[in-house]
Amino acid sequence: MPVKPAPPGTSDAPMDAPSVQTLWLLAVRDHRDRAAFGQLFDFYAPRIKSMLMRGGMSAAAVEDIVQDAMIKVWQRAEQFDPTRAPASAWIYRIARNRQIEVLRRERRPLPDDLISGDEASDPDAADIIGLQQDANHLRAALHRLPQDQRIMIEQAFLGELTHSEIRDATGLALGTIKSRIRLALERLRHDLRTLR
Amino acid sequence: MNTVTHHLPDWMIRAYVAGGLGRAFSLVVAAHVTLCDECRAQMEGEEASGGIVFEDQRPEAVAVDLKARVMASLDTVPASPAQPAQQGIYPGAVMAALKGRAPRWRTLGGGIRQAVLSHDAEGSARLLYIPGRVAVPDHGHKGLELTLVLQGSFADETGRFAVGDVEVAGAELEHQPIAEQGAPCICLAATDAPLRFSSFVPRLLQPIFRI
Repeated sequence: MPVKPAPPGTSDAPMDAPSVQTLWLLAVRDHRDRAAFGQLFDFYAPRIKSMLMRGGMSAAAVEDIVQDAMIKVWQRAEQFDPTRAPASAWIYRIARNRQIEVLRRERRPLPDDLISGDEASDPDAADIIGLQQDANHLRAALHRLPQDQRIMIEQAFLGELTHSEIRDATGLALGTIKSRIRLALERLRHDLRTLR
Repeated sequence: MNTVTHHLPDWMIRAYVAGGLGRAFSLVVAAHVTLCDECRAQMEGEEASGGIVFEDQRPEAVAVDLKARVMASLDTVPASPAQPAQQGIYPGAVMAALKGRAPRWRTLGGGIRQAVLSHDAEGSARLLYIPGRVAVPDHGHKGLELTLVLQGSFADETGRFAVGDVEVAGAELEHQPIAEQGAPCICLAATDAPLRFSSFVPRLLQPIFRI
């Protein structure tokens, strides 16, 4: 696997390498690398805080969730599969789960994991890079949206729209992610064939 | 791949991913995605989009000592237990709602049984048990009703629903689901408002049975 880290959060990242965030998360997963975890913290903790502050919670309450979410990143790193999710999507989900758990005082219902027959198998470097390319294309597509649509998408994913607003307002703009989703489905079919 | 033909609408998966769905609908989304690879892929696509928006945000500085506190507690905080695993026909999210136990069915009449899983101001979730060839009383809804088949199958005015299929019924739909012959049909049903039954007696019973 070519290890050519991209600068965080930039859109001119090389298309043929996993993001530096994904590499940090893999270092945590595979080597319990505290320095890499420190990098993940520096990059994501302020973004988790930024997202949760939109919900009107106090900074102190938000930082408690940031703390819990980052500890879960450390604890659950072994479940991270870079062929299925970029680090950003995986940590976004963990932050949301923890936020819902705190706000609702109950666990968020989660889909069961796909049953993987062979946990020890080496991740396929081509799949990791393919997923990163999908994510890069997706980011470019989101950036190309007209500004009002892009703001709507941001509001939806950052938790500022109700479900009926999401139903009524975001369908059109998110047509742009259909190609990415088709690819995800293809990948999933491929995975399932190798599992069954 | 499962042969699921009735899927969740994209917006509902997006709302789940964004954290905007109540407990009852979140349960149906999680359970359906467990059974439906296509909607799982859809969810992963939505999460990828959410991850990008999340990553592109302007960062908000955290307290200077937060990192030290997190680093110091990495190996001391006990991990919370995982959600129970899928068991038989029940996805893990349903097992969690059942608190890991078998459903405690209550008889509704006509051989139909139900087990309420959750009930709050945002809606309710319950399991329904309908013997083959039995009809659920004709009903409409004030809001949305989601019905996910976990065992057997049913049919109504809009089509046929087998394991993994989810029916999304809006306020406009007055429907009468009938379980098909064979194994009893077991469904996970969720609403964001109480059901309205067309006939008088079930309407009287509604507050008692919390449906």
